[in-house]
Amino acid sequence: MLEIDRKIINALQGGFPICERPYAAAAEQLGLTEDALISRIETLLQDKLLSRFGPLYNAEKLGGAVTLAAIAVPEDRFQEITEVVNNCPEVAHNYQRDHRLNMWFVIASDHEERIQEVVEEIEEKSGLTVLNMPKTEEYFLELKLAL
Amino acid sequence: MNRIDPNRKQSGLDEMDREIVAATQSGLPLCEEPYEDIAMQIGISAQDVMDRMRRMQDDGIIRRIGVVPNHYELGFSANGMSVWNVPDDQITRLGNEIGGLEFVTHCYQRPRHLPDWPYNLFAMVHGRDRDEVEEKVGTIAGLLGESDQGHEIVYSTRILKKTGLRISPKSILSGDKSD
Repeated sequence: MLEIDRKIINALQGGFPICERPYAAAAEQLGLTEDALISRIETLLQDKLLSRFGPLYNAEKLGGAVTLAAIAVPEDRFQEITEVVNNCPEVAHNYQRDHRLNMWFVIASDHEERIQEVVEEIEEKSGLTVLNMPKTEEYFLELKLAL
Repeated sequence: MNRIDPNRKQSGLDEMDREIVAATQSGLPLCEEPYEDIAMQIGISAQDVMDRMRRMQDDGIIRRIGVVPNHYELGFSANGMSVWNVPDDQITRLGNEIGGLEFVTHCYQRPRHLPDWPYNLFAMVHGRDRDEVEEKVGTIAGLLGESDQGHEIVYSTRILKKTGLRISPKSILSGDKSD
């Protein structure tokens, strides 16, 4: 990885300025030109080393609701239950995990009351218990990956 | 422009804020004057866009503005969800301490489901491999000391679905939430 890319990723995970020429302002702090910063970010996005660049919004504060849920799925029903869960449009992510609770998924909706309904629909269709674990508190949610 | 949209009461956002969210939630324009670019798209002044984005940042609606690294592509391919059983009366202090560690990317308090699930604190730890994740989890355990009443690392083994978490532009624009 180029030193300049490392610098950009380490320094710009937050704090990108809101001003007329923000790339120029951020570039100056990094000892780069405005053009160089813009083109490096563009390349890092193309190469998928960055998943995105810009403002990160808080989904709940935009009026949405999110929860994390888990199921202990018997091995021989894993495929079937994956389909039940994935078929819900409100399920944003679903991961297989190395645990007795082997299926973990995120349910997100613009309508808060849908979350509980989706949990119940999945329980009904699967006959399995869904552990619903909405966050009750969030601590320091900033990315600070150091390369 | 000074009229406050009634929607703003419930979510803190008025119609124009929602236009800005819709225009920027997939990214900021890569040009010299990105806020001017957004302003042109939605038909207000760049100053208005900047004022509104500053306010959304102050209100925590914008968590931060910057690069979002792709951990997997950057070589941090092991991610372990470490889960902890800590005393409820200490969780705020402990959560803030753990969330402040540079290798913890997400840290949440979540409800226990006894007897199956005794854990109330979740900390996502990224590493280049499982050894690195375990070493970092060891650091957390050391920090918690006697407040660590049991923990596990739950590794993901397969992505079954990943459509991303996005609020639909329609509801952003209409502000429909509580109907």
